[in-house]
Amino acid sequence: MSNVSKIGDRVHRKEDRRFLTGTGRYVDDLQLSRCTHAHFLRSPHAHARIKGIDTSKAAASAGVVAVFTGKDTADAKVGGLICGWVVKDKHGVPHKAPGHPAIALDTVRHVGDTVAMVIADTAANARDAADKIEVDYEVLPAIVDLTKALSAGAPQVHSDVPGNLCYDWELGDKAAVDAAFAKAAHVTKIDVVNNRLIPNAMEPRAAAAEYDRGTGNYTLHTTSQNPHVTRLVLSAFVLGIPEHKLRVIAPDVGGGFGSKIFIYAEETLCVWAAGKVGRSIKWTADRSESFMTDAHGRDHVTHAEIAMDKDGKFTGFRIDTIANMGAYLSTFATAVPTYLYGTLLAGQYTTPAIHVNVRAAFTHTTPVDAYRGAGRPEATYLVESIVSKAAREIGVDPAELRKRNFIAPTAFPYQTPVALTYDSGNYVPIIDEAMKLSDYAGFGARQSAAKAKGKLRGIGISSYIEACGLAPSAVVGSLGAGVGQWESAQLRFNPTGNVQVLTGSHSHGQGHETTFAQIVSDKLGVPMDQIEVVHGDTSQVPFGMGTYGSRSLAVGGSAIMKAADKIIAKGKKIAAHLMEAAEADIVFENGTFKVSGTDKNVPLAQAVFAAYVPHNYPIDKVEPGMDENAFYDPSNFTYPSGTQICEVEIDPDTGVVEIVHFVAVDDFGNIVNPMVVEGQVHGGIAQGVGQALMEAAAYDNATGQLLSGSYMDYTMPRADDLPSFTLGYKTTPCPHNPLGVKGCGEAGAIAAPAAVMNAVRDALAQVGAQDRIEMPATPQRVWAAINAR
Amino acid sequence: MYDFAYHKPKSVADAAAAVKKASDGKLMSGGMTLIPTLKQRLAHPSDVVDLAGVSDLVGIKVDATGVTIGAMTKHADVASSADVARAIPALAALAGGIGDRQVRNRGTIGGSVANNDPAADYPAALVALGATVTTNERKIAAEDFFKGMFETALKDGEIVTSVSFPTATKAAYMKFPNPASRYAMVGVFVAQTASGPRVAVTGAGPAVFRVKAMEEALAKSWSADAVANVKVPAEGLNSDIHASAEYRAHLVTVMAKRAVAAAG
Amino acid sequence: MSTSVDVTLSVNGERVARRVEARRHLVDFLRLDLGLTGTHTGCEHGVCGACTVRVDGVIVRGCLVLAASLDGATVETIEGLTESGEIADLQTAFVERNAAQCGFCTPAMLLTAADLLSAAARDGAVPSREAIREHIAGNYCRCTGYHAIVDAIETVATARAGKGRS
Repeated sequence: MSNVSKIGDRVHRKEDRRFLTGTGRYVDDLQLSRCTHAHFLRSPHAHARIKGIDTSKAAASAGVVAVFTGKDTADAKVGGLICGWVVKDKHGVPHKAPGHPAIALDTVRHVGDTVAMVIADTAANARDAADKIEVDYEVLPAIVDLTKALSAGAPQVHSDVPGNLCYDWELGDKAAVDAAFAKAAHVTKIDVVNNRLIPNAMEPRAAAAEYDRGTGNYTLHTTSQNPHVTRLVLSAFVLGIPEHKLRVIAPDVGGGFGSKIFIYAEETLCVWAAGKVGRSIKWTADRSESFMTDAHGRDHVTHAEIAMDKDGKFTGFRIDTIANMGAYLSTFATAVPTYLYGTLLAGQYTTPAIHVNVRAAFTHTTPVDAYRGAGRPEATYLVESIVSKAAREIGVDPAELRKRNFIAPTAFPYQTPVALTYDSGNYVPIIDEAMKLSDYAGFGARQSAAKAKGKLRGIGISSYIEACGLAPSAVVGSLGAGVGQWESAQLRFNPTGNVQVLTGSHSHGQGHETTFAQIVSDKLGVPMDQIEVVHGDTSQVPFGMGTYGSRSLAVGGSAIMKAADKIIAKGKKIAAHLMEAAEADIVFENGTFKVSGTDKNVPLAQAVFAAYVPHNYPIDKVEPGMDENAFYDPSNFTYPSGTQICEVEIDPDTGVVEIVHFVAVDDFGNIVNPMVVEGQVHGGIAQGVGQALMEAAAYDNATGQLLSGSYMDYTMPRADDLPSFTLGYKTTPCPHNPLGVKGCGEAGAIAAPAAVMNAVRDALAQVGAQDRIEMPATPQRVWAAINAR
Repeated sequence: MYDFAYHKPKSVADAAAAVKKASDGKLMSGGMTLIPTLKQRLAHPSDVVDLAGVSDLVGIKVDATGVTIGAMTKHADVASSADVARAIPALAALAGGIGDRQVRNRGTIGGSVANNDPAADYPAALVALGATVTTNERKIAAEDFFKGMFETALKDGEIVTSVSFPTATKAAYMKFPNPASRYAMVGVFVAQTASGPRVAVTGAGPAVFRVKAMEEALAKSWSADAVANVKVPAEGLNSDIHASAEYRAHLVTVMAKRAVAAAG
Repeated sequence: MSTSVDVTLSVNGERVARRVEARRHLVDFLRLDLGLTGTHTGCEHGVCGACTVRVDGVIVRGCLVLAASLDGATVETIEGLTESGEIADLQTAFVERNAAQCGFCTPAMLLTAADLLSAAARDGAVPSREAIREHIAGNYCRCTGYHAIVDAIETVATARAGKGRS
């Protein structure tokens, strides 16, 4: 059969043709009839009371259709934006959930907070009109410094959240940890800042909303990673439009990295206002709006201590973290520094006692939520930084110290002291392979050679674990999630034998249209060109929880496997009838039903045709049609693991850090498309390197202004900032999903910051500056670290 | 962008007249700075007068005494000019390091000079080489031309027509780019000119400046070591999230050293 | 004084005459007036490169060029380069090497890569990976980490140089 693909093949992406020819269809590419354009007036202040707002000049401006303020949305009873995960603090009290109106009512709480919405015939006219809105602000003191947000006397972000404390959460056995420290042979302490990042998907967020007066139906085209969740939240919590009257379409989406999971004010308002003005409304963020309003990522400050016995075995680990929530709670903000962070602090190690305390703080900054890795990069950065520091302190090679503490391959399933049960893994062969690929043994000679040239070389290791494939619904429900985390799939065969694969996992760069087709092709023997993957439309796909947390293949792919199993089961009944054989004797191989032990066979396409033209058909036993639906709810998280080794060379005269070699060896379980996986790893590493060396959202402590609000000041990794990467794989299949896959989307970003920073610290150790550097290790910071006296 | 009227005159005289006639006219050359400024609504000119139609302003002339570059000549054309590379290789290299490929294909020397961004590259070359800026009204020595941050000696409506660079026996430019924008965080142009060594620094201060102490040291001995121990005071230098004044001051010495070494 | 301007130009080989607002930049002109949505805007301040198009044979930032200034100009976009077949080998190499993920930066990246390949052909040299990285440094990609893009461009440069010699 022509172009049937197998799992493991480097299949070229089906979606590439449109992207490479300029025929992709992104939200902003839509041309809607009688379309109006929205512009949002944004707060120039980090914290201010709105004493008055006069929209009369704007309303009279050329082309203006409507101007809305917070009073209008409040009068219309538009609900506030929600946070969908309830975290209970150490006393069992739910987190503080202050109101988050789509348009500010009487107070603005971060630069970029929405103050008014202008709708006009063109985007330029809407912008012109917005300039004419007069807002009388009483500027109030702002707090943007996370380290001071919880201090007495800090400006209050919400009057109903005393001390800016959203929650004070803990996990682990504090008494056991204290006991371990009491007996420790050595204790290593560390303070780290996990720098705030701005996701910067290259396509800015956008929304286009339509309202059909005749039917009362709404359609929202939006840049979303999970259109069904957007519909659910808008329907059930914010706008009250019944789910069946709201269609959400996420067409081609130009990158997300987490930032397009969330439900934002802008798309909410476009839908609401489309009904209000009876016209289509389109909005596309400009980049400065993206900087101010896309949910940011990371932003922790942490003090941690690790206890060791005389052999360097970790005996206890205690962590105290403050996490920034920003001014309001974004959709999943509360879960990120708790269940996606605290639970990962065992890393790959057998540390028997761990206790983590996390205080989440409100500040007058853009809301913070999941960004590629979400909590797990923060955990990995902390664990891998302190492990390398401990190795230096006790004079043991950092690779050796890791190996001494790794969970043995025989110990799985392994229960950590921070709630998770790791399903599988084998860590030593991974680090060994990474050491081989990086010529770890030869590093000393390279370091000496660099020293002779006046350069500082360093090598850094990061051995990460992540929990992904989110997630068993019952587990996340018990932890406070407001949704289930299964995924759905539908295999809809057509009478002519081709098939549409409908999935709730949205693809915005990950290549699902290929990988998911590959699964179906391999499983059912259908040629690739006979398979079309459909995603991103609530009116086509039964339901979906979306794409985040490296879950698409592990959960969405598994749902497709389940649906394929149903196709095979039904096909067997039909084939048995057609071949006049017992169903029990039918086997399915290479796309064909066979009577075992004979040469009788019925190709799947023939069974499909019979199902749609059921003339000779077991109609009393089997319904016509070949269209199967499945929902898959995983029984556990998946646990990809790996080791990255980074080698850097620092120019001490300028502080410039050059990455000279970067190796990543991963265990993603089985791999469906190695080419796609490589791309995910490369991209993840690039973002991790960006965090380590370049990227930081900077706020002015006095004014609360975002200082890194454009590409003139926010350093994005460019092609000549990055090296090429050396990749390797070791495989332990996931034991609990039908594909044996673990997920690969976030690994690079999770592990890389620690790999790079451990290398930087290793280089700086030659001049005693290893403890004076934080991310991002920009030239200025490295130079300052070297020259601090 | 706010609305504005657009003019594309064919001669310098017509351009000057158009600016004069406008209530708040703005000249545009490559637009690489003006258009972002307009987009952010930081400027609201009544009229934009585009010099792209004035063909007289484009071209490179090289003779025994130096290089004259028409104001509307693009960075890419200076960078790829074999004549410039022969006469003043450091100038071609500087032009080839401005912004990125797309910007060099559009941005012009006249625009860069007239805008006098404190982080622009060209001002360092003009001052170090002792260039002369020619306008539709007069000739201005580079050192008298650059006045301060975004400030020049140009009067309202005065149009830069060309820049003339005398050759130097040795010259090199070393830039430490801002990691985000790639503008010069510190750029040092060194030249051994007819009137002695000159060292001009861009990016570090509010506007391009010379470092006399380095020039004196180089006059005694043209070597990287000669400037290695000459420090510039941090006081008055720019300070931002990318570089403190102290770091910039330090980089001036490092870049000067490297520039002298590169100049040979 | 009118804030609109009449322009006549060639876009992908077709003669186009329009009256445009002076403040309309080239990418908005292509997308909104001509329906050529293959060119994107990613930052609108001239840094990210997603708006890269060819004007009079050289690549420029389409978001920093006024449509009004292009009377008599020749503009080429991803749609035109695709149609002409000029970058067919490059497009194939991008597929074979998975050099596009979300696709948003891709059309512009191809324009910049094509520019490098033409320059390399003129110089008769295969650019180094460092030279490729330098050339595309004005085009941000947030998905790929650039590795696969560099691979794809290098493959085509090598192949074209081989053809040139044979």
